Amino acid sequence: MNDIALILPEVSLLALACVVLLVDAFAGKRSPELTFWAAVLSCVIVLAEVARFVPEAAMFGFSGTLRIDVLGVVLKTFVLVLVLLSFFYAREYFSKRPGEIRGEYYPLALFATLGMMILISASSLLTVYLGLELLSLSLYSLVALQRNSVVASEAAMKYFVLGALASGLLLYGMSILYGVAGTLDLSELLVKVANLESQRLLLTFGLVFLVVGIGFKLGVVPFHMWVPDVYQGAATPVTQFIGTAPKLAAFGMTMRLLVDGLEGLAEQWQQMLIILSVLSMGLGNLLAISQRNFKRMLAYSTIAHMGFMLLGLISASANGYAASMFYITLYALMSMGAFGSIILLCSAQSEGDQLSDLAGLGKRSPWFAFILLILMFSMAGVPPFGGFWAKWSVLKEVVAADYVWLAGVAVLFSLIGAYYYLRVIKIMYFDEPESPYPVTGSADLRFLLSVNGLLVLLLGLMPGGLMAICQAAAIPYSP
Amino acid sequence: MFEQLVFYAFAAGLLFAATMVITVRNPVHAVLFLVVAFFASAGLWMLLEAEFLAIALVLVYVGAVMVLFLFVVMMLDINVAALREGFSTYVPAAGIVAFLMLAAIGLVVGHQHFGLGAVPQPPAAAADYQNTAQIGRVLYTQYVLPFEVAAVLLLVAIISAIALTLRTTRQTKAPRPERQVQASRADRVRLVKMVAVKPEPDRIENP
Repeated sequence: MNDIALILPEVSLLALACVVLLVDAFAGKRSPELTFWAAVLSCVIVLAEVARFVPEAAMFGFSGTLRIDVLGVVLKTFVLVLVLLSFFYAREYFSKRPGEIRGEYYPLALFATLGMMILISASSLLTVYLGLELLSLSLYSLVALQRNSVVASEAAMKYFVLGALASGLLLYGMSILYGVAGTLDLSELLVKVANLESQRLLLTFGLVFLVVGIGFKLGVVPFHMWVPDVYQGAATPVTQFIGTAPKLAAFGMTMRLLVDGLEGLAEQWQQMLIILSVLSMGLGNLLAISQRNFKRMLAYSTIAHMGFMLLGLISASANGYAASMFYITLYALMSMGAFGSIILLCSAQSEGDQLSDLAGLGKRSPWFAFILLILMFSMAGVPPFGGFWAKWSVLKEVVAADYVWLAGVAVLFSLIGAYYYLRVIKIMYFDEPESPYPVTGSADLRFLLSVNGLLVLLLGLMPGGLMAICQAAAIPYSP
Repeated sequence: MFEQLVFYAFAAGLLFAATMVITVRNPVHAVLFLVVAFFASAGLWMLLEAEFLAIALVLVYVGAVMVLFLFVVMMLDINVAALREGFSTYVPAAGIVAFLMLAAIGLVVGHQHFGLGAVPQPPAAAADYQNTAQIGRVLYTQYVLPFEVAAVLLLVAIISAIALTLRTTRQTKAPRPERQVQASRADRVRLVKMVAVKPEPDRIENP
């Protein structure tokens, strides 16, 4: 199979993103709907191209800088579906709050998606870095798009400066690895690491910086500083975009760097990930308790969830990777719904992102209060919902890898975390509404949010299908 | 021996210039010190026999990018005093972190791992070795995918810069030539028919 055929989805996405950009430039003002539909069509075309070809064994292209395998195809499919969903949510926000963000949202989001796809199928340190930069640069400008908002500009600035610092550290780590192993290719690196016993210290030193870069992208403590400010400062659809699909891309990046390239150093990175994981679960869950802003609370909850997700990777087994992938996919779906609820609550006057805006939702809109109840229970990990199985599968792998104390710590912090998820439910059902205005939203949004919430419930009742897909993607990593 | 002297001269220059970039008060001076830093690193690359990259660094960065930098810095009204506020408060913490980092790096990236014993000196390239041709060959064959992704990265940078700075036409006062040329005489001049001599209004005698 030639190189162009392997990279066809990325090439078409680039072409289509440019088309969407032109459509937006020439017709965006008169008919914003046109840009939206062009972006949706692009996603659907690329989705069809990605899903069309599932390789049996990993295939390499472009002199080994590109890697197409089952894991990549599955992750890219999930990413594209999530991006598509977030476009439909974003359209509602733009029609409810006109003038907040200009039409460049869709083309920039498509370029970010391109970055994610390149990151996921990277097989060289160079491709990893460039994919990451493409993704991050698009995200920085997406945050800054809301130009009239001081908070958004501040968030974008913080994100940019901290992101640049993390990129620098990542590059330094890559240069050390290159200096020691003499190759940029991740599959060659895998072989070299196994043979270079004497250079363990240097390789570990390079690894530390790679973990810093990964930690920043995932938003785990102590590289989490940007998460709360960006989540709160950015417009809700941008936050929703950042909080869903890029998490999967970051997971793909982690797999590529730590497993595909440096599995020989698993002992070393397990220790580092344990520290990151415990700190994230602790700090994320504790700080989320004191938040009044719903988006900021969800930001701290993200930090905690990412820490939890790392538990699967810590087990360094095929089942563990599958569990982490299952966790992060479900988390992306849940946070999509949670931010979707904020979009439902927003109006021309306010963003609707304070926890007090949720007061009395049980009376104002019983159905959507129920949907948010599903999402919150699921995030807390209450049994019949999807989030329970995500936590369960990850914990199972940690125990199987003989880290029982770690599983205990994780359960303890989840219990602390359950408090603030349940508080949201308490506010919805038992607090008196401050202003008893009804919840408005178009039929599309109502449909979308209902499907999103019910999907989380459905995955809780029947988690087998998604779990099987994740396990199939991780089969190549079983010894 | 001579090569080592040159190396240490350039390395010392680079470190000095880089320190000055972040410590001088005047932003224009900072930019000029950055130019010096680029020159020094170009010299280091030259020692590594990467002549093409060294010259490209001088031409592109020093020649073009830094001049634009200077323009931008001179156009902005930067209040240095406000930017340096809290500098002394953060110095102790930052100093400790920097020292720990330096110590860790110094322990690992030292003579024992990267010395000539661990990494033997590569043989010098032949006199007719074509640096430029070698880079061109791998850039467009082996590394064509990263190269193209880098191009897309620049495209996104352009799009973002325009999206973030382009103001709507409502605020601009620039003339619009396409509307100016469409103007006809009728838009500008209006002929009004008037009688040449107005008759004196009839006097109404008071009753």
